[in-house]
Amino acid sequence: MKFRSLTLATASVAATLAMGTGANAATEIQFWHAMGGELGAKVQEIADKFNASQADYKVVPVFKGTYTETMTGAITAFRAKQQPHIVQVFEVGTATMMAAQGAVYPVYQLMADAKLPFDAKSYLQAVSGYYTDTNGNMLSMPFNSSTPVLYYNKTAFAKAGLDPNTPPKTWKDVETYSEKLLAAGYKCGFSTGWMPWVQMETFLALHNQPIGTKGNGFGGLDTELTVNGPLELRHITNMAEWAKKGIFKYTGRRSDGAPSFYNEECTMYMNSSGGYAGVKANAKTFEFGVGMLPYYDDVKGAPQNSIIGGAALWVLKGHKAEDYKGVGQFFNFISKPEIQADWHQVTGYLPITTAAYELSKAQGFYDRNPGTDMSVRQINLNPPTENSKGLRFGNYAQIRDVIDEELEGVWSGQKTPKDALDSIVKRGNDLLRKFEKTNG
Amino acid sequence: MHQSSPFNHRLLPYLLVLPQIAVTLAFFIWPALNAVWLSTRQEDAFGLSSEFVGLEHYIAIFHDGTYTRALVNTAVFSTGVTVVSLALALLLAVMADRVVRGAMVYKTLLIWPYAVAPAVAGVIWWLAFNPSIGVVAYFINILGYDWNHLIKARDAMMLVIFAAAWKQISYNFLFFLAGLQAIPRSLIEAAALDGASPFRRFWTVIFPLLSPTTFFLLVVNIIYAFFDTFALIHATTAGGPAGSTETLVLKVFMDGFVGLDLGGSSAQSVVLMVMVMALTVVQFRFVERKVQY
Repeated sequence: MKFRSLTLATASVAATLAMGTGANAATEIQFWHAMGGELGAKVQEIADKFNASQADYKVVPVFKGTYTETMTGAITAFRAKQQPHIVQVFEVGTATMMAAQGAVYPVYQLMADAKLPFDAKSYLQAVSGYYTDTNGNMLSMPFNSSTPVLYYNKTAFAKAGLDPNTPPKTWKDVETYSEKLLAAGYKCGFSTGWMPWVQMETFLALHNQPIGTKGNGFGGLDTELTVNGPLELRHITNMAEWAKKGIFKYTGRRSDGAPSFYNEECTMYMNSSGGYAGVKANAKTFEFGVGMLPYYDDVKGAPQNSIIGGAALWVLKGHKAEDYKGVGQFFNFISKPEIQADWHQVTGYLPITTAAYELSKAQGFYDRNPGTDMSVRQINLNPPTENSKGLRFGNYAQIRDVIDEELEGVWSGQKTPKDALDSIVKRGNDLLRKFEKTNG
Repeated sequence: MHQSSPFNHRLLPYLLVLPQIAVTLAFFIWPALNAVWLSTRQEDAFGLSSEFVGLEHYIAIFHDGTYTRALVNTAVFSTGVTVVSLALALLLAVMADRVVRGAMVYKTLLIWPYAVAPAVAGVIWWLAFNPSIGVVAYFINILGYDWNHLIKARDAMMLVIFAAAWKQISYNFLFFLAGLQAIPRSLIEAAALDGASPFRRFWTVIFPLLSPTTFFLLVVNIIYAFFDTFALIHATTAGGPAGSTETLVLKVFMDGFVGLDLGGSSAQSVVLMVMVMALTVVQFRFVERKVQY
């Protein structure tokens, strides 16, 4: 009996091994991502297309939850030596990934080692710039990038006697338009998603003003925040004033405020261009339009260009050299114009290459869907400067929480804009020093 | 007095408790020791570098204003949750104890919330009280109060207290009901014959006899409020606005899993562990004296 079960066990082990070698014909590439629902199905579709296009590699996308969960999951897996090949990391995790030199395999190096063609210049500069080091080398593969835009209620504009085809250009316009909309019976002028990203990071970049020293952190870990400067103070002070009059309404963190636009409470709404599909699906009772983010026209250099948010694909070390050839091929595959154009058109994320943008244009996509090119036009407004290239701060997920938290103090009237901004800088710098200490 | 045991083997008792000890060691003691060890080290997220820093993380905790704030929030929150959930559960249990017809339906409905996952409960409350689209928020507005837990700290705290208490009421209700049914009818009837009003009967007979149950629930509820409410707060307010609902356990998560500061977050969880241990000891030493078994 004992002998028999032993034989059985041996046989099954042998069978498993045989099956293992069978499957090994295609090397598996693990790809952890944070794209739920429709987006997740789209990611799977891209992987399926890649797998069908060749026989050597099989990319296996695995949904790992939110951005934070995906990133922490991959990091924990790395500590346990179970890391995936590719992990999708949101923009605020960039500095953490970059600092982990022993763990991350830079994309430009991977492409060179795998002897695959790779031209960093074919990517949109505002997108790739976010993920390059100071020498211009691309460290990760941009994947889903977006930029904040202004959505507005055309029907409400018409009712208030405004031109439905002219969204506000400047913050002064936002104020006067809102007053008219309030007079026409609407409850709130505008609301915004992702406060730190839209009203601070992108706001400052659009006005060509720094967010922190050392080129927004690109130049070194010893960077400090400078968001308590006069322009940001002016903007937050205005927003606090507007909140009292109903011109602005605080509707929560992240994209929690979206329903306030859908139910026509707020007539203007600033959030990610990646939210286009959501707005389109939910704006049932009114026509909506897409405009550029407003700016203060008396500030020199405004409007500069807006910066991106979203996520990129990072490669983790610790696998066989052979595997990374497959990763490189997959990256080249997803950068193809037809794949990128399709991804861009379905999701509202930016096309990451110039070719994909040109292809979408040639296909007449922007003519059929007015407003969808606003994001691309906005990031390409001017060549990015040191202030508008992006940002690279350690512990930035926490710093964003600090920004949200302190500004909530302003909206609830507990803090003056000056106190809140000073406190953001102080607490943010503490977190930056902590990061510098751990990763220096 | 003669004591005899059917188990004569000396090792058998040890063998019988072994699984329990093994589980405790593997799932409780080992992780706890790990947390203590991690709390003395400074590591980067990927574990590529690790350095011994002694008590630095603990010193940092007590110099951090947001930690003190979380401590105050936790005190307000756990007191609120415990009082609200115990009081309402007791009220419901006393009522249910008197119901004769349809008692099963009534009890089942009251136990239901316990089966709802904390994160789901959080989302339900988030939706109901959402200032833009929430049903409850809408009615509160009609009553003349401008409900907005996104900017009003007090609204937010009330929201998380009620959401957390709501989930715990079912559990408390079950224990109170069982406790009530264990009270001999003869005692209550005797009090009634002596002319005690229902109110007086409750306070002088029933409530004291329920005290072991109440004490047990007090301990359990405080531990619940300290540790188990994380998912719920995370889904309803995420600690906002301006950190006014950030409790200690939420902060451990935020610093450890969002901020990837494993050392600092471990130090916080060790402090939290010591705090709950101390609280439990205090409860057993001082509150239990008032309990009549």
